[in-house]
Amino acid sequence: MTASGAERGRGWRGLLPIIGAFGLGVLLLALFLALAGFDVTAALVALWRGAFGSWSAIASATLVRAVPLILLGLGFTLGVRAGALNIGMEGQFALGAITATAVGVHANGMSPLIAIPMVLAAGAIAGAAWVLLPVVMRLRLGVTEVITTLLLNFLADAAVSYAVLGPLQEPLHIYPQSAGIAAAARLPRLLPGERLHLGLPIVLGVALLLALLLSRTRWGFRLRAVGANPVAARISGGIAASGVFASALLWSGALAGLGGAIEVSGVSFALYPNLSPGYGFTAIAVALLGRLQPLGVVIAGLLFGALEAGAGAMQRDAGIPAVAVQVVEAVAILTLVVLARRERSSS
Amino acid sequence: MIAELLTAAVRVGTPLALAAIGETIVERGGVINLGIEGAMLAGALGAAIGATAAGTGGGIAVALLAGVAASALFAAVAVWARADEIITGTAVTLGMIGLTGIIARRAFGTVGVGLTLPTLAPVAIPGLSRLPLVGDALFNQSPLTYLVYLLVPAASWLLFGSRFGLELRASGESPSSAAAAGVPVRRVRTIAILVGGALAGLAGASLVLAQVGTFTERMTGGRGFIAIAIVILGGRRPGGVAAASLLFGAATAVQYVVQASGSALPYQLWLALPYLLALAVLAISGRSRRI
Repeated sequence: MTASGAERGRGWRGLLPIIGAFGLGVLLLALFLALAGFDVTAALVALWRGAFGSWSAIASATLVRAVPLILLGLGFTLGVRAGALNIGMEGQFALGAITATAVGVHANGMSPLIAIPMVLAAGAIAGAAWVLLPVVMRLRLGVTEVITTLLLNFLADAAVSYAVLGPLQEPLHIYPQSAGIAAAARLPRLLPGERLHLGLPIVLGVALLLALLLSRTRWGFRLRAVGANPVAARISGGIAASGVFASALLWSGALAGLGGAIEVSGVSFALYPNLSPGYGFTAIAVALLGRLQPLGVVIAGLLFGALEAGAGAMQRDAGIPAVAVQVVEAVAILTLVVLARRERSSS
Repeated sequence: MIAELLTAAVRVGTPLALAAIGETIVERGGVINLGIEGAMLAGALGAAIGATAAGTGGGIAVALLAGVAASALFAAVAVWARADEIITGTAVTLGMIGLTGIIARRAFGTVGVGLTLPTLAPVAIPGLSRLPLVGDALFNQSPLTYLVYLLVPAASWLLFGSRFGLELRASGESPSSAAAAGVPVRRVRTIAILVGGALAGLAGASLVLAQVGTFTERMTGGRGFIAIAIVILGGRRPGGVAAASLLFGAATAVQYVVQASGSALPYQLWLALPYLLALAVLAISGRSRRI
């Protein structure tokens, strides 16, 4: 998995594999539902309604779900560009959410102009801190980041469970959740009566910034050089591969942590167990579907946001468990990873 | 209390050992399969469905097939289409979470399968089970635990005593020279992955039929990933891997004992213990050998 495969396939022809992979995923989901004896029409109608069926479905569900997916998809992209596979975004998201909540509940009386940046920065720093151990273990001890980031997801789960039953538990000490964060720490909503919040423009800004950084700066060039071939980058390019690798993985964790902070600050307003329905893993599909290009990731994030929104409606209206849409993710990932391989070997 | 802890450690360690011995065979061929988490989950559901229909024997058979099917998908994409194995393994696990969710809802409805599921009762081995301290822990367990005892020498022979093992290890150490020497690398790796999948399926069966007694969404909860850390701790040798599984079983079992006796430390710390242990193991083994 290198960036070189992603460089190709721009323009409208680049869209074909994206639509093909996503479409194949939905098709296979329909097939499995039919084989299992579910009413496929009812399921797909509920999926569509939940995602695009009304203005409110778009502005309160699809776009809101797309925000963390785009951000985490960008995080995964950043890692892959430098040859790092961050499978621990689920955990970094959780740590971002914990820290954002811890800061947000104490923001009473502050100006939102101070409280919101503080909460978001706290989340991003926590996300980066959570990936620090994998970075050190990889660079100092040669332990692959794949396993360490993965294991840290489960530790993050335990940390959330501890936080909502311990130091951050709501004042009555009855429910496993935190108190609500201060009004000043909540992201403003963009449309009257809809849940869409300031997180969407923030995330689009991050995507744009990342696109510029990757294509126009020395840092972006070094990232690609290290991702493509760390040894060659060091010998002929004079690039310190380990520093580039570390910075990519730390920023990847920061974006995932920011995702958790935005989820708390814009959607849930409190910390709950299982705040993420697997965004950290869905984001891998988002990044691959976006061809590891920031703007592609935005489009893919919107598609998967729609899928997640539709999954909720499918569970409510057609009695199909929401995890079913992970079949679409899996099929899309497998299709694209095979296509990427083909492109590389044919060139 | 030590005897109870040991008994629980062996019971909890059994699925870990089955999955990790399977993954040892896979990794000796130079492949890492993160899809064993998914294969284990498929095996767990297969065990629940098979056991409901045809008793525990049926459960074990269906679990085995489900694990093989899940890993066949991994082999097709990672070995034959030569796609990135980490991404492929992650996707297989995701897909299995989705598929098992759909099938379980259809098969068992929203209430799940609990009271009606036949389970594997412990079988005491006459004589041995009366040994002091370890008798109950080692020799009054489910038949799948005894399978682990047989698997350790069997897998050692397969890896280090058979022609297949030689070809497999050659494929793992240097695929190009193995291929030059006439080893069908892809076929050898595929066989290893399918064997690993079968054992992951059995691990799922052991989890459902001998430990938990029911199936729930995502019930493997990362045990497949823990198994990958166990493979490293066990030095990629079946005996070492079985011993490491016992250690992780004990790390997990501690929480039951602690919960029962009450402790000043937060229980989440005990939940986190196996994962902390896995990280520590990786750090220590990383120092001595690059992974």
